[in-house]
Amino acid sequence: MSDIIYLDHAATTPIDKEVLDAMMPFLTDQFGSASTLYSIGRKASEAVEEARERVAALIGAHSDEVFFTSGGTESDSWAVNGVVSAKAKKGSHVITSKIEHHAILEPVHLLEKQGGTATILEVDSDGLVNIDELKDAITDQTVLVTIMHANNEIGTIQPVGQIGRITRERRIHFHTDTVQTVGHIPVDVNVIGCDSLALSAHKLYGPKGVGAMYIRKGARIDRFMRGGGQENNRRAGTHNVAGIVGLGKAAELAQVRMAEESVATTKLRDMLIAGIESRIKDIRLNGDRVNRLPNNVNFSFDGIEGESMILLMDMNGICVSSGSACTSGSLDPSHVLMALGLKHEQAHGSLRMTLGNDNTPEQIEKVLDTLPGIVERLREMSPLYNQ
Amino acid sequence: MIYADNAATTRISDSVLKQMLVFLQEQYGNASSQHSLGVKTKRAIERARRQVATAIGAEPSEIVFTSGGSEGNSWVLSSVNDGHVITSSIEHHSVLNTCRSLECKGIDVTYLPVDSKGRVSLDSVEKAFRSDTKLVSIMLANNEIGTIQPIAEIGECLRQRGILFHSDAVQAVGHIPVVVNDLGVDLLTASSHKFHGPKGTGILYKRHGVSLPPLIFGGQQESGVRPGTQNVAGIVATGYAIEESITNMAAMTAKLSALAQATTDGIRARLPGAVINGDEDNRLPGIVNVSFNGVTGESLMHWLDLKGICVSTSSACTSANDEPSHVLMALGLTEQQARSAIRISYGRYNNIDEVETIVATLSNAYDKILSAKI
Repeated sequence: MSDIIYLDHAATTPIDKEVLDAMMPFLTDQFGSASTLYSIGRKASEAVEEARERVAALIGAHSDEVFFTSGGTESDSWAVNGVVSAKAKKGSHVITSKIEHHAILEPVHLLEKQGGTATILEVDSDGLVNIDELKDAITDQTVLVTIMHANNEIGTIQPVGQIGRITRERRIHFHTDTVQTVGHIPVDVNVIGCDSLALSAHKLYGPKGVGAMYIRKGARIDRFMRGGGQENNRRAGTHNVAGIVGLGKAAELAQVRMAEESVATTKLRDMLIAGIESRIKDIRLNGDRVNRLPNNVNFSFDGIEGESMILLMDMNGICVSSGSACTSGSLDPSHVLMALGLKHEQAHGSLRMTLGNDNTPEQIEKVLDTLPGIVERLREMSPLYNQ
Repeated sequence: MIYADNAATTRISDSVLKQMLVFLQEQYGNASSQHSLGVKTKRAIERARRQVATAIGAEPSEIVFTSGGSEGNSWVLSSVNDGHVITSSIEHHSVLNTCRSLECKGIDVTYLPVDSKGRVSLDSVEKAFRSDTKLVSIMLANNEIGTIQPIAEIGECLRQRGILFHSDAVQAVGHIPVVVNDLGVDLLTASSHKFHGPKGTGILYKRHGVSLPPLIFGGQQESGVRPGTQNVAGIVATGYAIEESITNMAAMTAKLSALAQATTDGIRARLPGAVINGDEDNRLPGIVNVSFNGVTGESLMHWLDLKGICVSTSSACTSANDEPSHVLMALGLTEQQARSAIRISYGRYNNIDEVETIVATLSNAYDKILSAKI
């Protein structure tokens, strides 16, 4: 296992040992349901509330504005559906961007089918949304603006603070998908000015199957899953206590470690980008060079398929991806890369390497020793590459 | 501590936890990733899907993993867009509250009554049919009183009429035989933490050909019907937990029935005014729901808690709520009787000595509380 070089942290991260240690009591002796009133149940509910405070602290929210869900996708679906149905009287126009996660785009498309309207903003060649276009798109029917904080494929960070100022002025609900940023770069709900945000534990060294939704006090959003009165009657279901505790611990660790980790990761990122650019020609760095997540590297390599690169890298013990994991079953080129204006072949020829706190400079060296040979080999066999 | 609230949640089995830990530690890949770490977790999920399918007599492709029972129930019920829905008055709140939201959208819902033992009659289902009935949702076994419904009979009747049939089997799966084709259900929900798996993972059985629009939207996971990065550890654990429960079921049924019987006998002997709620001849093996005269269930529950015994007043999901149990009220109990009830629910790790302690402590608690009041 230790031989593997894992460069797919945007897909998921390993669970931190301290996080798992915090979870273990709730997977064993402390197995009570957090909704029960006897002592073992109260211990579970206290642990859930402590986790809520930790998540709230990480994003600058009040703990009663944090609701636990099964993950980022659920939170995003809830936001779109919940805001649109709560504001049906005002209108049903939604503004989003072309490069959002499918957890946002799919419910928006459904809304369009059901008679609502949506403005899906273009992005520039680095993946940035244009603020003026966003402003112009607002109508008196607009009930929701949803723009992700940072993109999962190319790492471009959007000017969410500026968007928050606009939406606040216009009194429009602003949701932001912060699945890729919480725990990695500062996320403060008041700095961003968002009314809701989605986050996921397994992207910040917590477990899969648990996430959270921040909903600003007073923001109108309909309930999603109905049932028992859990989560202040807004999200039913027996609490995933161990998972929630894991998310809380991961949030606590992130708050302590983030500054240092992002410096270290940025160094590795820049080393990887510079190394690839100096050793391999006919490539394109996808995403904004400056407004970029500390851990994201995404390149298109002319003339070859990302999928073949993944397999050959994997045979060398290096885990990378071609785009988002969520759509890897699909043969379509990445909607994010296509939105940047890339050609089909370029989008298919992309490789995403996302770093984490378990990566070392030695590993990056090994990647830089391995990748050029793989690209060369694939280009030799490629009918598409003619240099 | 004596834990007798297994209908609320169960302890994860040690052998299940061992399998789960592999995926909380070294096998952390995203099951949608194409590299070898992802392929390994994907294979583990598909194995779990086969384990679940085998356990309930379904095809693996008919199994969808969810975040739990409430998601499954909420998903199925909220998919109805028009017409009429039939359910029972003793369903779980995830069914009932979703039905209330359907009513707000103008959909008619019939809440079938139950008899004094908590049984829905086939006759009442048939009488409730309308030409625009879109869905019937009846739970397989009740979470508070354990009464098992005649799902197979209802299923046969619905199949003849071609009406979609859902059953909330959260309390039943892993405890009594659940075979989807015998039951004639099109949709069925289950939850892992009720059969010694982890919290936060559930199962939705969706018969081939049944179309159910997604509740959650996003990527391609779970064949696109239930997106979101899969909870690999939870899913793997669900597979092993259901397999283990099925393997142990016959022995466990015998053991739990004996514990429940001993509890019932003990309570009747020591507390003549106590009334057993539900259907003693037709209930889940480990559940005893009992009402007392002159005390509240809550006071009994707290007393037992102080003595290290965990039981509940009704369902865990509503225990923070002030309303008397809707299930007990539907049986025809008075509000006082409903508020006096406690639920004792046994599981794999209980034994007969614990039953004696529970009955003795309960009878002592009853006397003390009653005398304190007077």
